Amino acid sequence: MYAFDYQRPGSVSEAAALLADGSGAKLLAGGQTLIPTMKQRLASPPLVVDLGGVAELKGIDRAGDRLEIGAMATHAEIAESPVVASAIPGLCQVAEGIGDPHVRNRGTIGGSLANNDPAADYPAAVLALGATLHTNRRGLSADEFFQGLFTTALEEDEILTRISCPVPERFAYAKFPNPASRYAMVGVAVAKGPQGVRVAVTGAGQNGVFRATDMEAALANAFTPDALKGINVDPSLMSTDIHADAPYRAHLVAVMARRAVEAAAA
Amino acid sequence: MTSTGIGAPVRRREDFRFITGSGQYVDDISRPGQAYAVFVRSPHAHAIIKNIDLSAARSAPGVLGIFTGNDLAADKIGGLICGWMIHSKDGSPMKVGPHPALATEKVRYVGDHVAVVIAESLNQARDAAELVAVDYETLPAAVDVAAAQNPGQPQIHAEAPNNTVYEWHLGDKEAVDAAFAQAAHVTKLELVNNRLIPNAMEPRAAIGEYDRGQDSYTLYTTSQNPHVARLVLSAFVGIAPEHKLRVIAPDVGGGFGSKIFIYAEETVCVWAARKVGRPVKWTADRTEAFLADAHGRDHVTTAELAVDGSGKMLGLRVKTKANLGAYLSTFSSSVPTYLYAPLLSGQYDIPAIYCEVDGVYTNTAPVDAYRGAGRPEATFVVERLVEVAARELGRDPAEFRMQNFIRSFPHQTPVIMTYDIGDYPTCMSKALELADYANFAERKAESERKGLLRGIGFSAYIEACGIAPSKAVGSLGAGVGLWESAEVRVNPVGTVEVLTGSHSHGQGHETTFAQLVSHRLGIPIDQISIIHGDTDKVQMGMGTYGSRSGAVGMSAISKALDKVVAKATKVAARCMEVPEETVDFNDGVFSARGTNKSMAFGEVALQAYVAHKFDSSEIEPGLKEGSFYDPKNFTFPAGVHIAEVEIDPETGVTRIDRWTAVDDFGTIINPMIVEGQVHGGIAQGVGQAMLEGAVYDASGQLLTASYMDYCMPRADDLPSFNVAMTNTPCPSNPLGIKGCGEAGAIAAPPALINAITNALGHENIAMPATPQAIWRAAQSSMRKMAAE
Amino acid sequence: MTEVTMTVNGESVSADIAPRTLLSQFLREHLRLTGTHVGCDTSQCGACVVHVDGRAVKSCTALAVSCAGSDVVTIEGLAKDGQLHPMQEAFREHHALQCGYCTPGMIMAAVDIVNRKGTELDERTIREELEGNICRCTGYHNIVKAVAAGAAAMSSGEIRQAAE
Repeated sequence: MYAFDYQRPGSVSEAAALLADGSGAKLLAGGQTLIPTMKQRLASPPLVVDLGGVAELKGIDRAGDRLEIGAMATHAEIAESPVVASAIPGLCQVAEGIGDPHVRNRGTIGGSLANNDPAADYPAAVLALGATLHTNRRGLSADEFFQGLFTTALEEDEILTRISCPVPERFAYAKFPNPASRYAMVGVAVAKGPQGVRVAVTGAGQNGVFRATDMEAALANAFTPDALKGINVDPSLMSTDIHADAPYRAHLVAVMARRAVEAAAA
Repeated sequence: MTSTGIGAPVRRREDFRFITGSGQYVDDISRPGQAYAVFVRSPHAHAIIKNIDLSAARSAPGVLGIFTGNDLAADKIGGLICGWMIHSKDGSPMKVGPHPALATEKVRYVGDHVAVVIAESLNQARDAAELVAVDYETLPAAVDVAAAQNPGQPQIHAEAPNNTVYEWHLGDKEAVDAAFAQAAHVTKLELVNNRLIPNAMEPRAAIGEYDRGQDSYTLYTTSQNPHVARLVLSAFVGIAPEHKLRVIAPDVGGGFGSKIFIYAEETVCVWAARKVGRPVKWTADRTEAFLADAHGRDHVTTAELAVDGSGKMLGLRVKTKANLGAYLSTFSSSVPTYLYAPLLSGQYDIPAIYCEVDGVYTNTAPVDAYRGAGRPEATFVVERLVEVAARELGRDPAEFRMQNFIRSFPHQTPVIMTYDIGDYPTCMSKALELADYANFAERKAESERKGLLRGIGFSAYIEACGIAPSKAVGSLGAGVGLWESAEVRVNPVGTVEVLTGSHSHGQGHETTFAQLVSHRLGIPIDQISIIHGDTDKVQMGMGTYGSRSGAVGMSAISKALDKVVAKATKVAARCMEVPEETVDFNDGVFSARGTNKSMAFGEVALQAYVAHKFDSSEIEPGLKEGSFYDPKNFTFPAGVHIAEVEIDPETGVTRIDRWTAVDDFGTIINPMIVEGQVHGGIAQGVGQAMLEGAVYDASGQLLTASYMDYCMPRADDLPSFNVAMTNTPCPSNPLGIKGCGEAGAIAAPPALINAITNALGHENIAMPATPQAIWRAAQSSMRKMAAE
Repeated sequence: MTEVTMTVNGESVSADIAPRTLLSQFLREHLRLTGTHVGCDTSQCGACVVHVDGRAVKSCTALAVSCAGSDVVTIEGLAKDGQLHPMQEAFREHHALQCGYCTPGMIMAAVDIVNRKGTELDERTIREELEGNICRCTGYHNIVKAVAAGAAAMSSGEIRQAAE
């Protein structure tokens, strides 16, 4: 790790002020991606701003027909939250399937979303749910937020504060883990809710998380596994690596989509 | 059997320190004033070093010294060696390029060592290492072992034309040709034995230290054989003569072969300690372990089995290209030759065998022994061929094996080995019963009802352990003898210290070796300590690998105990004033036959040191005996493993439903520990078959350089194992031990691939059989089934 | 440099450290608690697992400064009053370790599993919950047995005497 300065602000506004000088400071949420990246000297922020002391970023609440999750909620907190379990039980399962128990104890939903790893689980869930991602400045729809590999709509000095999910009628996520890393080699989230049927795919696309619109249209007609028969994603848009080539990923997207619908419809 | 003697499942005495965090691994040791080393490594697979500019790095904060290969050469520090000479078919010696600890003119694989930076702190050393500016002229790389000998391929060492280290062979080619000429059936397979990265959980580490007052060096290192390290560093590398170099291998966190070898890093640390006048510590991070630990396996093979009309095996023909990497590691040359081809007879009576092996340089990390070392590769060839032959002949694979098993011993194979004992049919029968083979068809039908493919696969493996008779291996090219030493020191109060040349890095020697002593001397196990891993304490030893610590190391202890008992008997006789030949020793008591006189072992020990009761000109005072034990033969553990899998053809996900292992290890000292060795071996074999594989891209970059991409077996990848034993005691050593450390890793890969191919209904799958590979193979199975 | 204070194994400790100091480095190098091991660079092997405020954490993937004010328990702090923790005892009794390198993290993870999932653990649960801990020696067979037995022993509150 390169040397850096460290600050632990007590509020979002203090944190934002520390980012404001444009020197390339990095926010530290749970650190489960940032710290390994820094250890390998692939990132060298001059200043690390630890959000661990910002109380306003914590907490999980139900507000009417929305589930409000603080950006610093850990995967473990979401997995174990009775509030989440009653509102969107499938989201507990998403959280339960991220990393391993130790990673889940520190990793946060905000950190994961802001990083937008193309093999992360939350982006698919949040995109399928049609969530609104609140920052210290504005609210962004999930469709606006995700902008490709490790890229989001967040500005340099913008801080993701809260994820607001409309409570859907049905939601499930089916993940095919990479055998080595256990990240999603393919993950498909399906939701039927106030914004209609939404299907989001992670792990597979060359450009990160994406919506499978053909599947959405078919499921809007009939929210059943059979509705997906014959609908495939284009292999030429899928990524390839030593673990899975594009045709296999495309195939798995179809399989995982069907399994997600089966789970959601159950 | 006492509660702590041979055969008892004694709980491990070493565990207390490990479960309380009190172990002392090399990185846990902190020497006063220690500095930290970081190696500058090649980012290229093949390149000329045009210039190394150290100026910026030298002025970085905290830097104590930066050294390159020229500095080593200036101090007349020699290169790393390969200790086993292989001769090609034409009689010429193998062609070996130099292996400097720090590269001088060229780098030959990604991770090759270019310079070392030593600084006050690890972070400072890392910071400075980034400032070392190396000007490379990159060269095309030869990465693929199958192609590296072709004309026009990049030449890695000038000494080895066409990147060919040797073209070796074993067996009778004409006899094999004749056997194939009369065969009723020939089964032929193209096989790849995938490259593996050992991944002991403790990364390698070293601390070098120089004592100016004594003009002597100490090296703390993660070694399976500290005395061999001292020998090589002294006699070949030239760090210091042996009496001025102490090598300590304290608690070592797993080895699996990868910590046998003498590497660049410890060589440089111990040398540099004198240069900078400070202890120098280096600990690999996991990335370095992936890049620069010696890898394992990596064979490309064509193999053919000839069978007569009755199903009797007639002949075996094997041609293998073995990847040795960019340099010859310590024992690398022997692994695909004498540790491989002599095992190609398997458990079968095969009259004629011929094997050719080309050892090949490539621009990849050096390849050397990894758990099983040559024997897993041989077993994979034999057990895949036998299984496929049975299928092609429409024979039950178990029954086909039974027909061809060797049934009388000793049995001379056509490939050097004389099997001393075994009972292969009994192992097979027991395995079939434990695996409930009779009801497999029912289980398969049940899986099919769920849309899943079920398969069962066998592996009847043999290995050669107890490595090895010194004269025999010497005649085959080994540079060292492979005996083992032991010294038994009885203290005046009757407690016992055993010094052994074996090294324990997970095997539990502190328990099993003490069990032997407790058993023989009849003293409580807590009065015995086992000392290993320090060249200042143990005079000499050959270390632990090749499942040799029981068969060879404990045999040495047994011989030394014989001498202790013999001398103590003399002392007891004098003390009791009875003739020596009337003294018996049982359960820790010397008693004089026909009298009521007796003395406990401890009393005799005290008398041996007091020396009041005997004539010192006749019996020397004291009670300490040593032995160097050289085995008469290899040992031949063998067994049958049966794997059963269930495949989801829609995704390729394969679940191991059951695993049965029946092994014959001869005498077992501690069944709990032996079963643990089997479990771990199977897991590594499952890793090879389904999960693990080192992947280099065409330019020689290692794509599997972390756990993000190199798939380690995890708890949820594996089932619980059904493990049982049979026992034919080994006649070649005093304890009847055969060895158990590698069996699982040898047996497992073909068992699993045979199960997967049985489920798929065709043979077209390579290791590692990942979900993607199995899904793709299952697609053709489903098409085939649909067509039928 | 930053002043950091935390409780480690029941004792308050303070040190002036560089912000880039990982919790694993702080424990191993500053406090000389070398039972916590480091086996990888990518937060996967789990040799470094300790408890921070009662939850299992990979200490190689946490900054020590982020843990200021926390209550940290390492493998060295698991035995109380000279009495091994039932999970430590179970690992020894069931031969759940060979080289011992992954063992501290494995035991800390196992205790955490029981804390979260209770004392009656089936094999499948244990295998899935061990996803973040890699062992190269045992094939996990005996680790799974030990975790189940250790969990049961934690439930009865019995602490076995040393086996031999």
